[in-house]
Amino acid sequence: MKNESEFWTGTKDSLPIMFAVTFFAMLFGATGVNNGLTFGETVLSSASVFAGASQFVFLDLYGKQAPVWSILLAVFAVNFRHVLYSASLGRYMGEFTFFQKYSGFFLLADPVFGAGEIRAQNQKLTPAYYFGFGLPLYPIWVGFTALGAGFGKLITNPEAFGFDMLLSIYFLSLLMGFKARPNWLASVLASGVASVLIYKTIGAPWHIMLGALVGITLAAMIGKPVSKGEEDV
Amino acid sequence: MFDFFLSPATAHNVWFVILLTGVVTYITRSAGHVVLARFKNLHPRVEAALEAVPGAVLVTIVLLPALINGPVEVLAMLAALIASFRLSPIAVLAVGMAIVIGGRALGF
Repeated sequence: MKNESEFWTGTKDSLPIMFAVTFFAMLFGATGVNNGLTFGETVLSSASVFAGASQFVFLDLYGKQAPVWSILLAVFAVNFRHVLYSASLGRYMGEFTFFQKYSGFFLLADPVFGAGEIRAQNQKLTPAYYFGFGLPLYPIWVGFTALGAGFGKLITNPEAFGFDMLLSIYFLSLLMGFKARPNWLASVLASGVASVLIYKTIGAPWHIMLGALVGITLAAMIGKPVSKGEEDV
Repeated sequence: MFDFFLSPATAHNVWFVILLTGVVTYITRSAGHVVLARFKNLHPRVEAALEAVPGAVLVTIVLLPALINGPVEVLAMLAALIASFRLSPIAVLAVGMAIVIGGRALGF
């Protein structure tokens, strides 16, 4: 069965992310119950948002008694890069039905986007592959949030296992996977330098969105990409 | 109504605020496609910009954790960078993680 094997290929590619996700989910669960949320509210956050960084931002602002509008604005800002994700990946979702597309966007976290783009660059991105990669991450994210919320105080020294660097290294390997793309080096260098400068001046989380926009704008200025047909040669 | 948005979340309504953060997140995840799908043909410059999206975003996520932590993290990211020219993503991950775990165990 083609679909079945596509699904399992996606799941196999997703394995390292699953490990990283279990750690971040437990960390979020533990942090949630230690920051004034109940067990249920902590799990609800993972179940409805499915975006680690913005969930931590929410926890932080809730603990600081920030007004609701500013919490929502901060979550929007932290997640704004996802606007670019669906704009880019959506172009490869020709085989997706309407429902598959719009339920798929719910799962469009950083690693799911990266994996989808890498897949689309080598072959057709099928719904089976996309969901094979992204779908298992959801119950893991929610389940291990619950575990962390229930047994939060058992995690004493997560840094020793290096889990905090696991996603960074994974994203680095994804980043290098795009190096054959037109304008890759120029836009990556421009975004990298800009993100550090913005981090030092305006501060997080703006360095992500604004930094990325610098490289993307540069790519738009210096040229059109190779057309699809030529890329395959 | 406005009071709700202008006030801090309370223990009673925080569940609703959590649901709203979920809605906001979903909007960011679908909006890009919703807007772009209205255009039949993309301008070559828009196309070039979209091609650059993964690299441009990922580098902003990757660079700071590599730079602001310490020598072990810098070394691990450098080794992973070099390894990524020859090895598969899993092997790159193994190289980087071995340095992070080993370096921290040695007390750096």
